[in-house]
Amino acid sequence: MKISAGLERRLIYSILFIAVALPLLIPIGWKTDISGYTQIAYDLVEHAPEGTIALISFDYDPSTMTEMQPMAEAQIEHAFKRNQRVIATALWPMGVQMAEEAFGKVLLDYPDKKYGVDYVNLGYKVGGMVTIQAMGRNLREVYPTDQGGTPYEDIPMLNEVRRLKDIGWISSLSSGTPGLKEWVMVARDAYGVPVTGGCTAISAPGFFPYVNEQRQLYGLLGGLKAASEYESLLGRIGSATTKMDAQSVAHMLILVFIAIGNVKVYVTRRRKAQ
Amino acid sequence: MKRSFPLVFAFIVGFLVLLAEFIPHRPFSQLISTLENWFMIIAGFAILLGQISLIRVNSRIISNKEHDWQYHLAGMISFALMLIVGVLWGMREAPGILGKGEDIALWMGMKPFDYLFTYAYMPLSATVFSLLAFFIASAAYRAFIIRGFESNLLMITAVIVIIGRTSIGSMLTGWLPESWSFWHIPNLADFIMEYPNTAAQRAIMISAGLGIIGSSLRIILGIERSYLGGDK
Repeated sequence: MKISAGLERRLIYSILFIAVALPLLIPIGWKTDISGYTQIAYDLVEHAPEGTIALISFDYDPSTMTEMQPMAEAQIEHAFKRNQRVIATALWPMGVQMAEEAFGKVLLDYPDKKYGVDYVNLGYKVGGMVTIQAMGRNLREVYPTDQGGTPYEDIPMLNEVRRLKDIGWISSLSSGTPGLKEWVMVARDAYGVPVTGGCTAISAPGFFPYVNEQRQLYGLLGGLKAASEYESLLGRIGSATTKMDAQSVAHMLILVFIAIGNVKVYVTRRRKAQ
Repeated sequence: MKRSFPLVFAFIVGFLVLLAEFIPHRPFSQLISTLENWFMIIAGFAILLGQISLIRVNSRIISNKEHDWQYHLAGMISFALMLIVGVLWGMREAPGILGKGEDIALWMGMKPFDYLFTYAYMPLSATVFSLLAFFIASAAYRAFIIRGFESNLLMITAVIVIIGRTSIGSMLTGWLPESWSFWHIPNLADFIMEYPNTAAQRAIMISAGLGIIGSSLRIILGIERSYLGGDK
């Protein structure tokens, strides 16, 4: 039976849709091994002292939130668990809403955390790398108010922060430019602040060289798998763990499609040779 | 004058920024701080410029009823809607010109801008990106064919990395003893990413870095002038 290219494509799409949807509806709960990169990122937060002020930069938008949002939630939860305080900033305009969403979700489990005391959202600032450089010199000049318009000096937790060097650790959750690379180049290389971060699985290979002996990057959360690993380290089943089942099935299915495609080409070649 | 002023300006600013990296003291440190502020202001205006350009291009397409003008109209309506509700009632904590919008937030559950962002923009944006998975599956089926040594190598590497990045990878070889842990598929995937991948990435990064230095020098010295809008 000969299947047309159009029908073939529809079949692939339908099978993939079912394969992705089923594990989301009926979670399997497969476990994943913790990679060294995730462990380093986790240890940075874990070993920072209580009361540390951390900065999480939301450098992504809703298109990649499936991969990035679980990382943000896990890192905020980890910081809160360790009684650390979190400043949220964004180099991407939509990052502000992503930060609000992440805080909103984590705060359901930490209702005692107060805005301005335990966390703050400073919002979006245009300029990418230059903005980070300016933050290194004077954070207040870059962010005279928070997202809601409250002056910098009226936010209690910011009284201890003058510039980037006063931050305990920085995490850039980034799905492009400006993002993690700029934070490494300025915050880590120029100002010496420990930087970790997360990115989509597809861009992770480009960041691995920064995880080196000089600790330009303290570990890396690459894609949904790393987010699920982080959730495992926190000892909870979050959205990444559930979505990881669907991703695993989809990956295996793609391998099956590759195998079928190769068999098809092999059979066609043999027929032609005969 | 129209071309020479920007060239001279680019030379002076570029040279000063370069110099300030090696002399981080006054007056250079202050100068850099001022230039950073200028950059952020100019970049802020670039957003406004982008919006004006968006309105101009789309208005022309809609008024001339060019091909697929309906999509451009939908885009403009969405743009206007988000802009209007954002300006009127603001978003989250930020107030709009009609105040904090507590009444409308009480009625809708959240402010109109946040409502549209959460229930329209976010799912639409994530959906468009997730369509990539379907194209990848279809493309892998058609294009990932073993043809020679290189494609064989690519296939083996891809299979290891794909399986290694799934939960199934951990289960498949999880039974291996500790002394054989290197052959555990996730570890093999990590090895590929850590050594061959990193080596190649570093080479690319160093080359790109040298390229950036070269182009920056060309711009500072006025050899590269394409940013002025001309071809010479």
